[in-house]
Amino acid sequence: MTTSVAFEKARAEGRAALVGYLPAGYPSVEGSIAALKAMIQAGVDVVEVGLPYSDPLIDGPVIQTAVDSALRAGTTTTDVLRVVEAVAATGAPAVVMSYWNPLDRYGAAAFARDLAAAGGAGVITPDLTPDADDTWIPAAREHGLDTVFLVAPSSTDARIAMTTAACRGFVYATSVMGVTGTRDQVGDAAAALVSRTKAATDLPVAVGLGVSNAGQAAEIAGFADGVVAGSAFVRRLLEAPDDAAGVAAVAELAGELAEGVRRR
Amino acid sequence: MDTTPGGGHVLAADRPGRFGPYGGRYVPEALVAALDELDREYTAAAQDPTFTAELDHLLTTYSGRPTPLTEAKRFSAEAAAGARVLLKREDLNHTGSHKINNVLGQALLTKRIGKQRVIAETGAGQHGVATATAAALMGLECVIYMGEEDTRRQALNVARMQLLGATVVPVSTGSRTLKDAINEALRDWVTNVETTNYVFGTVAGPHPFPTLVRDLQRIIGVEARQQVLDLTGRLPDAVAACVGGGSNAIGIFHAFIDDADVALYGFEAGGDGVATGRHAATITAGSPGVLHGARSYLLQDDMGQTIESHSISAGLDYPGVGPEHSWLKDAGRAVYEPVDDAEAMEAFRLLCRTEGIIPAIESSHALAGARRLGERLGPDAVIVVNLSGRGDKDVDTAAKWFGIMDEAGDVATVASREASGGEPA
Repeated sequence: MTTSVAFEKARAEGRAALVGYLPAGYPSVEGSIAALKAMIQAGVDVVEVGLPYSDPLIDGPVIQTAVDSALRAGTTTTDVLRVVEAVAATGAPAVVMSYWNPLDRYGAAAFARDLAAAGGAGVITPDLTPDADDTWIPAAREHGLDTVFLVAPSSTDARIAMTTAACRGFVYATSVMGVTGTRDQVGDAAAALVSRTKAATDLPVAVGLGVSNAGQAAEIAGFADGVVAGSAFVRRLLEAPDDAAGVAAVAELAGELAEGVRRR
Repeated sequence: MDTTPGGGHVLAADRPGRFGPYGGRYVPEALVAALDELDREYTAAAQDPTFTAELDHLLTTYSGRPTPLTEAKRFSAEAAAGARVLLKREDLNHTGSHKINNVLGQALLTKRIGKQRVIAETGAGQHGVATATAAALMGLECVIYMGEEDTRRQALNVARMQLLGATVVPVSTGSRTLKDAINEALRDWVTNVETTNYVFGTVAGPHPFPTLVRDLQRIIGVEARQQVLDLTGRLPDAVAACVGGGSNAIGIFHAFIDDADVALYGFEAGGDGVATGRHAATITAGSPGVLHGARSYLLQDDMGQTIESHSISAGLDYPGVGPEHSWLKDAGRAVYEPVDDAEAMEAFRLLCRTEGIIPAIESSHALAGARRLGERLGPDAVIVVNLSGRGDKDVDTAAKWFGIMDEAGDVATVASREASGGEPA
């Protein structure tokens, strides 16, 4: 399934899509596959498979802790593709979330080819804006991959127009200025940003950075097409006494958030 | 003059913020507005006579410019095979290094933009001290990010920053050095960009920092070029500088770029030796990639993960380098060579003994390079060395290296010329 189909399906059900993030390789490659599959089983519509990177500058301490652990354990880009393949086999769209340098190093064209071969749906690039590089978008288009770029509360209307024109699949709206991590409240800026973004594009707009409970998911679902949760899932894994408990905790949170996006 | 294939000047950016294939802006969208604002304000300020006059006034009356060019006669004779070594004395700037040149300009820009808070990263602490100083002078709130490892190596500078009213935040992620301090500062900036300006310390990072910092450091080379002409009646054969991020090097190189007969040498931190893998020789041993918002040479593995750097000098202990240096390297206009810890410390010792100047360990890499150049070029050569900073902050490190001080910090009771002339502890 593509991300577009997943978002359309959710829209047809009169709700927002739920997007869940976990880094590949934490607590292990197999462990991350199990947790991502459990997430899908419990109601997540689209999964983001994080590619561990040594300098995750937009991530807060929760994700960085997990990613550091994945790297120390030797997780490679090839492992990430293996996770994507296993997760995509469930039928849910799997997009890779990656900083640019690991993809650049692998080679934009080679990564697009191998990700498509693994059944991946696309890539979210948190530190690559569409105007920063001219290799990624053509490579992704050639292999039918979604290119998901971020818009921020500080983005001008002109940049929102430029960014959304380069997006395929959906647009990732960062709800607050800041790094990843759960927050008590959804930023006021989120609704305004979604509204400005929707004025520029017909693509679905998903909101991320800070979502950790059903109430927040319901709130965002009131104005956005998708709700992204990441750090909250990673925290469940970090705090679990063992891998099995971590998978169960991820599934439990996914269930809560899935209920949240279905609230009327 | 070297030219690009398109016929432009070697340094002419083919796109804003690009140096050939290097530079650019690889950052989260949330930072783009602030970078655009900084670029816009800087471009306007650079053409505003009021702004440039205020900066000139500060450089003259507060920092102490122009800094002198000192002829190092005894060093030349004893250490550089008789080649004429001239020291550009950036160590004599207020706060003890070239860093103040950049910071005064960026702090003025911060006020011009109307922000009240500045953040900065620091390795050895020189940029942090300079930023804290400018913030105190201009009444700005100041937060400095510094790797935990570096707060230990440079405790004196941490105290200085705190005395100046700055908050020093130790960074305990990753390698706990400069690389991670930059990550944390960028995270702060993403979060607080509406109120905060990031006073970047070197010619790396996303556009406009490589250009902005280069322009603010150009004064070093502009002065040095005229001073060497006045003193010797000719241009030097070589200009030498240490390269971590590369701001002091680009600062002194830039005025000489068009002088094709002047060789430009950047000396990187070779740490334990490039062959050991424990070093910070980014251009020598790195490969092109993206780190901290720009494409440049960097130390990375096959997966594009940053490799941690190592150097006795906290200020050079960085796995990246400014994009303009990468372009100068590829264009063949500048040559970059590694200098290992032992070689740098020997040059440090020699300058102390021959000239009565305690150099920063960073700058000692350039001094070691000048020794090599003296051997290569012979006694008729004129070599300008950028003495980018003074070594007060490094006394502890150096005293332990030479066995004057033990690990507990106790000084040997028989401190003598012999003691500090011996082998490393």
